[in-house]
Amino acid sequence: MNTPDDARRPSAIELGRRAFRRKQSRKSVAVSFLSTVVFATVLWFGVVSTPGWARVQQSFFNPDVLVQAWPRVFEGLLLNLRVLLFAAVGVLIVALLLATLRTLQGPVFFPLRVVATAYTDLFRGMPLIIVLYIVGFGIPGLGALPRMPLEFWGTIALILTYSAYVSEVFRAGIESVHPSQRLAARSLGLSYGTTLRKIVMPQAIRKVTPALMNDFIAMQKDVGLISVLGAVDAVRAAQIETAQAFNFTPYVLAGLLFVLLALPMIRLTDWYTARLREREQMGSLV
Amino acid sequence: MSAELVLRLRNVHKVFGDTAVLSGIDLDVNHGDVVALIGASGSGKSTLLRCVNLLEQLDDGQMWLSGEDISDPGINQDQVRSRIGVVFQAFNLFPHLSVLNNITLASTTLWKKPIKEAQEHAMSLLERVGLAEKARDYPDRLSGGQQQRVALVRAIATNPDLLLLDEITSALDPELVGEVLDLVRTLKEDGTTIVMATHEMAFARDIADRVVFLDGGVIYESGTATEIFENPQLPRTKEFLKRFRSR
Repeated sequence: MNTPDDARRPSAIELGRRAFRRKQSRKSVAVSFLSTVVFATVLWFGVVSTPGWARVQQSFFNPDVLVQAWPRVFEGLLLNLRVLLFAAVGVLIVALLLATLRTLQGPVFFPLRVVATAYTDLFRGMPLIIVLYIVGFGIPGLGALPRMPLEFWGTIALILTYSAYVSEVFRAGIESVHPSQRLAARSLGLSYGTTLRKIVMPQAIRKVTPALMNDFIAMQKDVGLISVLGAVDAVRAAQIETAQAFNFTPYVLAGLLFVLLALPMIRLTDWYTARLREREQMGSLV
Repeated sequence: MSAELVLRLRNVHKVFGDTAVLSGIDLDVNHGDVVALIGASGSGKSTLLRCVNLLEQLDDGQMWLSGEDISDPGINQDQVRSRIGVVFQAFNLFPHLSVLNNITLASTTLWKKPIKEAQEHAMSLLERVGLAEKARDYPDRLSGGQQQRVALVRAIATNPDLLLLDEITSALDPELVGEVLDLVRTLKEDGTTIVMATHEMAFARDIADRVVFLDGGVIYESGTATEIFENPQLPRTKEFLKRFRSR
């Protein structure tokens, strides 16, 4: 209905404004670049000038040890990835269940609510490493179950602990959806369950996605704790390599690999939240 | 430029993607004027208000508020916005603050008014609009009309140079529309300068000093309320008003 903008020549005032904005943005890019360079330089020389730097460099950043440790540490990381995958799926399922149980209304569900509440209280309070010991050494000790690999019990322990945290995130999300949304859905004739599934949950999950992703990243690191059970994951592999080489570089390598593992997830979170904002919220941010 | 001039727009352009929403708007609003923007949905009424409040960046043209060029990219936008009161279609009250705190928020945080003074001022305004007993309530407890009156009070609590009203009655039922429009009428009598986008033709005719018909991104026709509603000159205006009358 309207003529597109490129058919029209901007006025001198607008061109001046655009030039001013370009100048401003160039200026801020230059400032941020400069401050980064200055900061990095100060940091670098600050570290390098310490008296023990040469020794630390030798025992933490040794390229030869790094190359040698790579195959084993990388193989260990693959185990971490497998555990992470199963644990993440397990946590999502258990946490959603817990959150749903805790938000159920009506006196009939009182026992379920109590159980779910007690569960989250217990496993949010208990240090993960203790859960790992109890599950990893205690349950197999009963002798009632077939022998399972160590990482299996590690995965179970992670699921137990993290689903308690994540269920609280879900619950916060469920409760943050405005009551008018439930009203609207129930007035369409949707049942309580359908309302929860089709209306409340999608909105709740969108609201808590950043928090969920954050918990996922935290779990990504804690997957390394299964090494206390003796499973040869990246951390354990690094420990073995360190003992062989008398050098801490394998730990640094494992640490870097965990960071690299987390990066795609972090970027994905940023992208996803930005997309949601674009799609569901009107107007620019001010 | 006359000291009376509150808002002056020259050659205002706004483009969203390939769609030119505003294609050269010129408008002068004097102190105490009530200007009604009318036009079909999507004609750019809301966009124009958002541009004036610096919520959208202009693609061309200039705007002055009380003589100051507010389209200058180096300007302090927050300072400009604090001099403009805005009421939105969807009320946009802060749900976590009581009615009273909604109203005093800007006065106390921005203008550093003593809390007591700001609250007294807010209470006197609430009394005038008949909502004094709701001061401690939270917005969700209020009816739509009450919420919108609170939003109006919030907008004028800081004595802004200019009040922008963006279809403030569109989300209300006819009964509640009356109470909100009565309040706007009181504000006009107080000498508040108002630019409002509206679909309430009867109200626009009743209250507006000037009516501006937006169509195709430009001011298609403008004049006094009587001129536009009794005797529109141009075909699109006639057609638009005919459709409204036949409802």
